[in-house]
Amino acid sequence: MELILALSIGVLGGSGVWLLMRPRTFQLIIGLSLLSYAVNLFIFSMGRFPVGRPPVLEPGTMGDPAQYADPLPQSLVLTAIVIGFATTALFLVVMLAARGLTGGDHVDGRRQDR
Amino acid sequence: MPDALYLSTAIGLPYLGALVTALLPANARRLEAWLAGAVALLTLVMVWLCYYPTIAEGGVVRSEIAWVPQLGLNLVLRMDGLASVFSVMVAGIGLLVVLYARYYMSSDDPIPRFFAFLLAFMGSMMGLVLSGNLIQLVFFWEMTSLFSFLLIGYWQHSAQARDGARMALTVTASGGLALLAGVLLLGHMVGSYDLDRVLASGDVIRDHPLYLPALVLVLLGALTKSAQFPFHFWLPHAMAAPTPVSAYLHSATLVKAGIFLITRLWPVMAGTDAWFWILGSAGMITLLVGAYVAIFQHDMKGLLAYSTISHLGLITLLLSLNSPLAMVAAIFHTMNHATFKASLFMAAGIIDHETGTRDIRRLSGLNATMPFTARLAMVAAAAMAGVPLLNGFISKEMFITETLMAANAPTILHSMLPWAAALASIFAVAYSLRFIHGAFFGPETGDMPRTPHEPPQWMRLPVEVLVFGCMVVGILPAATIGPFLDVAARSVLGEATPYYSLAVWHGFNLPLVMSLVALVGGALLYRLLQRHLSAGIEGTPLLRRFDGRRAFDQVMVFLSWRFARTLERLLGTSRLQTQLRLMVCITILAAVLALSPQGLGLGGLELSPADPVIGLVWVAGGACAMAAAYQAKYHRLAALALLGGAGLAVCITFVWFSAPDLAVTQLLVEVVTTVLLLLGLRWMPKRLEFASSGQLLPRLRRYRDFVIAVAAGLGLTAISYATMTRVSPEGISRFFLERAYTEGGGTNVVNVILVDFRGFDTFGEITVLGIVALTVFALLRRFRPAPESIGVPEQQQGDARDWMAVPAVTMRLLFPLIGAVAVYLLLRGHDLPGGGFAGGLMLAVAILLQYMAGGTRWVEDHLRVHPLRWMSAGLLLAGGTGLAAMAVGKPFLTSYFAYADLGLLGRLPVASALIFDIGVFALVFGATVLMLIAIAHQSVRSQRAAPVPPPLPGMAPPALPAAGKPVPLEAAPHGPAADGRPGRAAPVPAAPALDGPLMDGPEMGNTGLKGDR
Repeated sequence: MELILALSIGVLGGSGVWLLMRPRTFQLIIGLSLLSYAVNLFIFSMGRFPVGRPPVLEPGTMGDPAQYADPLPQSLVLTAIVIGFATTALFLVVMLAARGLTGGDHVDGRRQDR
Repeated sequence: MPDALYLSTAIGLPYLGALVTALLPANARRLEAWLAGAVALLTLVMVWLCYYPTIAEGGVVRSEIAWVPQLGLNLVLRMDGLASVFSVMVAGIGLLVVLYARYYMSSDDPIPRFFAFLLAFMGSMMGLVLSGNLIQLVFFWEMTSLFSFLLIGYWQHSAQARDGARMALTVTASGGLALLAGVLLLGHMVGSYDLDRVLASGDVIRDHPLYLPALVLVLLGALTKSAQFPFHFWLPHAMAAPTPVSAYLHSATLVKAGIFLITRLWPVMAGTDAWFWILGSAGMITLLVGAYVAIFQHDMKGLLAYSTISHLGLITLLLSLNSPLAMVAAIFHTMNHATFKASLFMAAGIIDHETGTRDIRRLSGLNATMPFTARLAMVAAAAMAGVPLLNGFISKEMFITETLMAANAPTILHSMLPWAAALASIFAVAYSLRFIHGAFFGPETGDMPRTPHEPPQWMRLPVEVLVFGCMVVGILPAATIGPFLDVAARSVLGEATPYYSLAVWHGFNLPLVMSLVALVGGALLYRLLQRHLSAGIEGTPLLRRFDGRRAFDQVMVFLSWRFARTLERLLGTSRLQTQLRLMVCITILAAVLALSPQGLGLGGLELSPADPVIGLVWVAGGACAMAAAYQAKYHRLAALALLGGAGLAVCITFVWFSAPDLAVTQLLVEVVTTVLLLLGLRWMPKRLEFASSGQLLPRLRRYRDFVIAVAAGLGLTAISYATMTRVSPEGISRFFLERAYTEGGGTNVVNVILVDFRGFDTFGEITVLGIVALTVFALLRRFRPAPESIGVPEQQQGDARDWMAVPAVTMRLLFPLIGAVAVYLLLRGHDLPGGGFAGGLMLAVAILLQYMAGGTRWVEDHLRVHPLRWMSAGLLLAGGTGLAAMAVGKPFLTSYFAYADLGLLGRLPVASALIFDIGVFALVFGATVLMLIAIAHQSVRSQRAAPVPPPLPGMAPPALPAAGKPVPLEAAPHGPAADGRPGRAAPVPAAPALDGPLMDGPEMGNTGLKGDR
């Protein structure tokens, strides 16, 4: 199971890195999104992958870390997802502005086909 | 304690005065001068109060203010004999300069700035000489450089002043950096930066292996500041400063700071061959070259500047001799030079002020028109030349005596000393004669810009005081300056203070003969050079090719232009791809380096069995990711869909491993992101697959990138796998799990962490979200789409709208339902998966669906969302919850909870955290909607500028733009005129409202949605 998830992180991250080095703004946006999936999964993996542990406490009890899913990576990833959305939106707008100003969608703002 | 008060006042008062002066109105000249004068006088009084009785008896006044004692950094103020002599020069001559400047400065000059800088410089100089800590000394050292820069460049309209100021700053501040390094070395050797500790550690320093580097660095600082060869060239260019500044900085204070430093460290650093060779050669060259060049200057201030360089060389040479007697002479000459040179500068300034020129070739016969000034200048110049019965004579005699004594030493530099001294004295007589004879004698001419006359009496007073000092010291040295010189010399030399006699007449000896020879020789030399000088040739014979300024400029051009450009060309890149590639490679390299010592073995954690479902999910997810990477260039829509596939795989993983909150949020964000990117796609250029992609070079590049990407992916896999096979260390999760219910009142631990335990982080996060949304909004206000994407896209032409009729109705019906789910998610968040983030996103999706199904225009007509109001309300609510906790005396964002029994509806957890979560909800909703509709609105906005499509059957024609506000000109190129495609309807007659009132007008402030009709 761990290997599957490690491999998926690698595939997501590798695809993201590949797209980061591409010349088109849209490729960059997709790449950053893929990379953020990989990173979120990696942070999430800090809680390891136990199956069947409830995430929500029984009312009136103190939680035992051995019984419940680790909440800390979850809350970290949750904020990361929301902030990731915000940066994607910001980047999209910058991309649109650059497209309008330069007439192309090359990351350096020049018409080049590489 | 009064000592501490006096010392800190002596430094603080000038700064305070500078601040007050700077704030005074520009026309309060008189007041500012009085204020500056009072400050200088009070500073002088403070020095006097410190001087008696402690320092006069050879003691040290010291006061320490702890700052960072752990680092040995304390504010230490310390005054001993040497410091007191320098501080009297700083404050005393400062006082005279203020008086002089009061009359010198023209009413057109910004006076507050002048006096403010002057006083601030005075404070820095006081701080420098009164520092009892080396770091502190360097700090004030740089402050003097800075304020001298501002003073030299005071007439900022003049290019000469600006260049001179920049050069002075570059040279002296670079020297200051070297000094800082040297001082750090000294502190390292001694183990303390405290001056007293350093002064007690002479042997440690001289025997230390780092002595030579420290010496070179410290002397670099001192020699640049004191304008010693080869750094002397900045001083003549600093003469672009107003004359009071020259009189103050370039005779008495700033340039003496280097001398002060050498004198200060003399007890601990002198006495070695390196000391003698560095200082001796620099001093001797400076002494001779300065004096020689001074003869050929036509500008009075230029002559005085080179003479100053020469005299500073003389003092440096004395300090280099490693002889206590020479040290006494050096201190004495420093005082003497300050008096006669300041008065000469002032005299030159008076001549400039009253005649309008400083050119010796044009000046003539002023003896008749300005008799008083002429007498004063003559006495001061005679002191400079070393004429008996004036102070310059005595210290010069001491200098010659010292050179004769040193000549017995074996080295060649030693044996040259008397000759250099004699030659320099001859030159000094020659340039002094030129100064006097050129300006005051000869026929009266009408050539000068103004008719010369005597200056106001008060303007002459400072010169009179200084010249009086020259004479008194020259005639009665032992009775006047003797005690002070003694205290100063003892504070440096201590027990080693030699016997010396301050007398005018030492009998008929060799030094006296040499002085007389110099007087006669100088007069002869001047006579011989008459013809050359009166020809008015610019430049110095023999040295014409050695131009320090040109060399400086070349170095500056090389460093700041050519060298920088070359480096940028070789090492820099403006290409994003290269930068990112470098970044990725460095990251991989850093990871490899960090892991290489220990390797990346597997941990001992027992692996969980592979689940085929998750395996399948990730086969699909991984395929989606790779396919998205492959398709992102030419098939954006496909890539976007594939990205969503990968996102879904992530989402399922979250569900599988007990993270429902994450799954919900991820799913919603996925929806919102996809729509966002879809909205953006509309503006991207069409991209068709080229045949060129088969070329060799781009293919090689892609192979390289592929290898990098594979390496990055494998690295990520390895690191994640190694991490996952280890037991996770006991973190702070237990804290949250145990307290989530008992202290936070919620069973959904993740939500309790977000809104309660780490509420402050969340508060920061939603603020960031709000800022991003506003930035997006602001950027889109000035959005200029590319001309070819302005028109209605193909997909929207024809009867596309009809296809959406059924979905549109469905979505409208769904709207309240989705809204209710959003509120439900919000309210249950404390106990069950959900919360403000998920709820806000859900509500945003509800709005979004209306946009997708009904079209931007329809929604804008029927629905008014006020994203900005939602956002501000959310932020205020969240912040207000925190403040409410403070109001009852708890820390910011402390939460309170209880359960409200709602009867049939169940028990509702009512925690103050819920109110906070509602704030989060409102802000997330507002921010998301603002971003989405700001982008969505662009198509409506630009289509208004575009040609109107033919009316569709059964639909009302799209509204024409209202004649709103006038449109900015820059919008024109994107208007219909730029769109020349055939087959379109007639252009819109009115101004193309690409930037109509919708986005720019005030109503966008509250809605962003209501059209301009």
